[in-house]
Amino acid sequence: MTAHQDEIRVLAPTGVTGSGFLESSFEQGLAQKPQFIGADAGSTDPGPEFLGSGTTAFPLAAIKRDLRLMMIGARKINVPLLIGTAGTGGSNEQLEKIATLAKEIAAAEGLRFKLALIHAEADKDYLKKRLREGRIKPLSPAPEYNEAVIDRSAHIVGMMGAEPWQRAIEAGADIILAGRSSDTAIFAAMPVMRGFPEGISWHMAKILECGAASVVQRKTPDCMFAWVRKDHFVVEAPDPALRCTPQSIASHSLYENADPFKLVECSGTLDLTNSRYEALTDRAVKVTGSEFIKAPRYTVKLEGAEKAGYMSILIGSVRDPFIIRQIDDWTARVTEKIHARVKMVFGDQLSLSDYLLNIRIYGKNGTMGPLEPVKEIRSHELCLIFEATAPTQEIANTIAGIIRHQALHLPIPEWSGLITAIACPYNQMERGAVYKFNVNHVVEPDSPTEMFPMTLYEVNGSNVTEIEK
Amino acid sequence: MTQLAELARLIRSKNAGPFELTFDIMFDDDATYQRVKNSGALTRDVVARCYNLPVSDVKFFYCDHAYAIKASIPRPYFQGDPRDSDGHGGQQYAPLMTIEIL
Repeated sequence: MTAHQDEIRVLAPTGVTGSGFLESSFEQGLAQKPQFIGADAGSTDPGPEFLGSGTTAFPLAAIKRDLRLMMIGARKINVPLLIGTAGTGGSNEQLEKIATLAKEIAAAEGLRFKLALIHAEADKDYLKKRLREGRIKPLSPAPEYNEAVIDRSAHIVGMMGAEPWQRAIEAGADIILAGRSSDTAIFAAMPVMRGFPEGISWHMAKILECGAASVVQRKTPDCMFAWVRKDHFVVEAPDPALRCTPQSIASHSLYENADPFKLVECSGTLDLTNSRYEALTDRAVKVTGSEFIKAPRYTVKLEGAEKAGYMSILIGSVRDPFIIRQIDDWTARVTEKIHARVKMVFGDQLSLSDYLLNIRIYGKNGTMGPLEPVKEIRSHELCLIFEATAPTQEIANTIAGIIRHQALHLPIPEWSGLITAIACPYNQMERGAVYKFNVNHVVEPDSPTEMFPMTLYEVNGSNVTEIEK
Repeated sequence: MTQLAELARLIRSKNAGPFELTFDIMFDDDATYQRVKNSGALTRDVVARCYNLPVSDVKFFYCDHAYAIKASIPRPYFQGDPRDSDGHGGQQYAPLMTIEIL
């Protein structure tokens, strides 16, 4: 494909930093002279524990492998590298972990660049102020949000739009590491600031943010490349073995979106109702017609996680058909016994509302819970997972010990004498702290950047100097 | 009568954020997609019935360019809540597989 002056070329090395990509594809992508390289490095998809605890879903060693190749590649052709939602949740703590990796790589490889860190952790006092002003609005469905929830949160992040990225690009940053960001904003920021149509830019961004996920048959996580032009964009995977078709690209807007035609961003909504997809070659697809409708009010989506407690679990299975046919009644009876024994052990120290006992029944509705339409049990054995979630690990462990003993010996009317009702492959286990998401709301800020402070550094090998603002 | 699973290239479920589940029913070609779309057997009401939900809880879309039909519902429990059973929402589509298509 020939390079036009009035185009922006974009390389996405992978769908998530840390999931990997082929070096051969990345080299091919670099040879096509991208004007920037972008990747996200997180999501809510692995669950609330990562935002809550500050750990990363992908191992740091795997993230470092990808980051190293991206940094060396971007410096070699001297174009900006944009990495968003650093460290899975995009909190300050997680961003710091990825920044540390970047500094280690710079030192080891002798790289020289201007580094921007964009922070996305929301200040709790700021949020309380906006809450009091009525400028935090619920999405649907949303849990209740108030000052107590803000106080309880382990981490709260705002999901940045394109503007904080544009500010870093304007500041001349070569490598931009950001906390929580809209995946698409990473890729839309540069084309939009260069005046390319927003509909085309944001739609290209939506395809690229998942790397090669939108090809017909992805073998492994890999690179994707796009050419953004005045009235269309073209997308093609650098690996010659990967094909994009109009159907594969059109299908991609379905993935992990509740609405396949309207994708809400901070500054507006990407509308794909009139998008047209055309095969340019047997591997490349041209997209036209995508629109972007500006929102009347700029909004920043919040994500927050709080500690739900500490969990201990017991796994046991049942093979006795007498127990299987009365399993609902059996679990109700054992639940009552467990609560009674907990009361006996803890007395007034622990009330029923302080802990959660949950029993999953695999072979009945363990996978789908309340959504399961099949009511009849057709299995000759069931697997039960008993979970105790409590304010401390010690209490959770104690309750799990009570669960084990109560479940083992709960009598059933069909047998007389002491029975052992569940088969345990091992005894109760600690799961540690567990977290839950606690907000599905948007903030109405005064400006798109006010929640996302930026710091700039001059990096020269192992020498890192903060640049005064 | 043919079951939806025999006609679709892929039926899948997934989180659409931590608070919603989304279902994609994808076909190889326009003819099969149109057959299912025009059969009247896969509608917003049918999806609501499959998951025992009020119809107003179901978002439903025909995606002509993708040869796909899509539905989204609220999660019974938010992703990662102590009672949530499917963190990625990936195993919630089985009830759609046996929908009979004329």
